Amino acid sequence: MKFGIQINEGPYQRQASDSAYLFCKAVLAKGHEIHRVFFYHDGVNNASRLTEPPQDDRNIVARWSKLAADHGVDLVVCVAAALRRGIKDENLAPGFRISGLGQLVECGIQADRLVVFGD
Amino acid sequence: MPILNIVNKSPLERNALASCLRIAAPGALLLIEDAVYAATRGTSTEAEITTALSKFRIYALLPDLQARAVADRVIDGVATIDYEGFVDLVAEHSACQSWL
Amino acid sequence: MSEGITKKFMFVNRTAPYGSIYALESLEVVLITAAFDQDVSVVFIDDGVWQLKKGQQTKGIETKNFSPTYRALEGYDVEKLYVDRESLAARGLTEEDLLVDVVVMDADELGKLMAEQDVILSF
Repeated sequence: MKFGIQINEGPYQRQASDSAYLFCKAVLAKGHEIHRVFFYHDGVNNASRLTEPPQDDRNIVARWSKLAADHGVDLVVCVAAALRRGIKDENLAPGFRISGLGQLVECGIQADRLVVFGD
Repeated sequence: MPILNIVNKSPLERNALASCLRIAAPGALLLIEDAVYAATRGTSTEAEITTALSKFRIYALLPDLQARAVADRVIDGVATIDYEGFVDLVAEHSACQSWL
Repeated sequence: MSEGITKKFMFVNRTAPYGSIYALESLEVVLITAAFDQDVSVVFIDDGVWQLKKGQQTKGIETKNFSPTYRALEGYDVEKLYVDRESLAARGLTEEDLLVDVVVMDADELGKLMAEQDVILSF
């Protein structure tokens, strides 16, 4: 089954990104496919490669990048939300790409299920 | 095929759970993040869940219960599941609605 | 790639306008989803019903007043606007207070409608 994921919240402030990540890992562990993860609203802050958490904390951004590298997961950042918040190609973490809201709608159409994580 | 309703807010802070229970058609309800407090005995909102058990199959995410030290006080009739169980629930329902 | 597939998309608006960005973003996605020729329903529940209140004046908060867009939705073939009756009443509102024609529904009707959807997006 193909899953689409939408994330509305940035890293560290709320649990949404952590919950979404653990859900994605479980989706893959169960042998399903992730069609796309779409980062929306403050969720675009998950894509900043300038993020530097303390050493004893999880690195949420790097975790997403690794998911993309290991499993080819398509990580899409909403362009309008990203530009509003200073997320651009030059500070985008590996594995993420910036695109339009049409990618969210397309994901809703193509994926068998869309799960929204937010606040 | 019924839908899966997902709630992530404490019922003592926000009305997401109350709105979900009032509006959603019979089906399944999954409590995650701060909403897992709704799955515990002894809170002032316990009766909302025990009443809702006649309309919904209710699940709570175990890692979120454990993180909050309340896994030992889950209301009878509420099932605990892990993330893989969460994935199964999404797959088994026709769609899911996050009551953010 | 998505040609020929029509799904039922429901947008569930439960937040008031201006206090957060969700109402504005919801309109953006509604319009794009309509452009993809999908079957779009928009539902207003809880504080989401405030989005439709007549007479919004946003000059003083230096924010764009996006409320005229709700009246323009019809031009994009978005005609299914539903409002939760109890949410309206709880806020001292009636249909007369709303800036666009909607269908006011009871909770169980709304629940049934939700259960028929393929994709549900929450704002």
